[in-house]
Amino acid sequence: MIRTTSLRFAYQNTKTHTFYFPDIDLSFEQNALILGSSGIGKTTLLHLLAGLLVPKKGNVFIGSTCVQELTRSQLNNFRGEHIGIIFQRAYFMKSLSLIENLKIREKLSKKTMDQERRIRLLEKLDLTEVRNKKVQELSEGQRQRLSIALGIIHKPRVILADEPTSNLDDKNCERVVSLLKKEAQICRSNLIIITHDQRVKSHFDKHIIL
Amino acid sequence: MVVGAKGSPLQLVLSTILHVDNPTGNISLDEALRIRKNPMIKEAIPVSYGDNYKGYKILGTSNQYLHKYGATCKEGKLNTKNFEAVLGSGAAKNLNLSIGNTFLGSHGLVQNEIDVHDEKPFAVTGILAPTGTVVDHLIITNLESIWEVHEHVDHEEQERHEEQEEHKEITALLLNFRNPIGALQLSRSINKNSSLQAAFPKLEIDRLLKFLGVGFKTINSIAIAILFVAALSIFISLIKTVRERKHELALLRTYGATTFQLLKLVFLEALFLSVVGFILGWFLGRLGLLLFSKLASDTYTYYLGISLPDTEEFFIFIIVFFTTILATILASYSLFKLNISKILADA
Repeated sequence: MIRTTSLRFAYQNTKTHTFYFPDIDLSFEQNALILGSSGIGKTTLLHLLAGLLVPKKGNVFIGSTCVQELTRSQLNNFRGEHIGIIFQRAYFMKSLSLIENLKIREKLSKKTMDQERRIRLLEKLDLTEVRNKKVQELSEGQRQRLSIALGIIHKPRVILADEPTSNLDDKNCERVVSLLKKEAQICRSNLIIITHDQRVKSHFDKHIIL
Repeated sequence: MVVGAKGSPLQLVLSTILHVDNPTGNISLDEALRIRKNPMIKEAIPVSYGDNYKGYKILGTSNQYLHKYGATCKEGKLNTKNFEAVLGSGAAKNLNLSIGNTFLGSHGLVQNEIDVHDEKPFAVTGILAPTGTVVDHLIITNLESIWEVHEHVDHEEQERHEEQEEHKEITALLLNFRNPIGALQLSRSINKNSSLQAAFPKLEIDRLLKFLGVGFKTINSIAIAILFVAALSIFISLIKTVRERKHELALLRTYGATTFQLLKLVFLEALFLSVVGFILGWFLGRLGLLLFSKLASDTYTYYLGISLPDTEEFFIFIIVFFTTILATILASYSLFKLNISKILADA
């Protein structure tokens, strides 16, 4: 469950321009697509939802928790435990191998290490063979899939994906979207995807247009 | 205290104690013996030298000398008769002499082939255990041998021979006193009333070190400057780490890591760097010392000890540790206001 109420945000250095976001209200296990032309604040909204940015006005509720009411350390824990972010640009711990990146994500989420889940996830994402490689040695597609794995490994309540299909061909795009949907189902989480990719649209019923 | 011929007291000390300079000259044995009678003196060791074998000085002295330096025989026995000699461990090793071998001393303190005392070979009766003192690089025999070698030379120069017969000479007399007041009194009386001079090794070495003090100070200040630069470079490399890896650090924050955990990460990295640096530095320093020591012992037959880490170095380690903490805190200032959103959105 994720809900926002009259979210507004302004970047500190450009006080003149304020983003007004429509209210989002997703019920249990409901997925949504956030669409909009570039520069309209899609990524900003995502960061607001993840608690990485503090809104000027309005609140974000995840489950029964109001993200804005959490203290700094509570927010840290909450984010680690319940939010999975798949970034537009894939970032990793460069000096660690693929599997180590996954492990550190799991560890910091303070959930029990689930080796079976890790193995299954790697299989699904076709990363088993390269699991001991350093992330720098991975191909672009493999990195993208690792990025997805990092966003969902800890079974978050909300999966936030920022343009997860932008670099993928049709076949892989299809695969990634269905995988995300399936994983969201398994984890019983809300999936919110930001995109301007027309190919993704047909997979989701709920579209939020900024 | 050292008593020897008039000249530079520093030279006297350097030559008789450390064997790094030429002696000031000889003194007559009679005169030395007269001084020895002074009741303040606990112990008096005559030394006489002026010959060498392949650069290693041949020192004529009494058995007390070896006793004084705590030298004991590793092999063989101590010299008892004339023309018997014991070798310091370093000398024995480098000269490749062993017990029963004989060698010929040559005149002067540096190696030469011209003025060899070829009729009077020395026989090696013993090799001393390493003492870590100057003894390791000496060849030790009794006084009579030294006299006899030179008597022989003097046979050819009749005039001096006669003179030599009348009174024997030694190079210097090492004295040990019952109390320091006695030493001061005697040294004053010797310097004033006789043709000899008395010098205190400690005073002279202190004086020498004072001459060199400027150099030491310069080297010390350079070392401190280097330490500063090192601390600064730890600091800069940390800032660089934080800057370059801000993406990773921001990512870790989204994973649920706290600022403190990131701080710990940066600190551990810095600590690793500085500890490795410290250990490496220690080893390189010792290696440098070892090389220098080898060089010095070849050239000056002077020996520098390689020691284990001492307390001073432990303090330096503590300083390094705290510098690291300080550098981490300063460099990590930006961690506290890490703008995760901005860093991760800026592609």
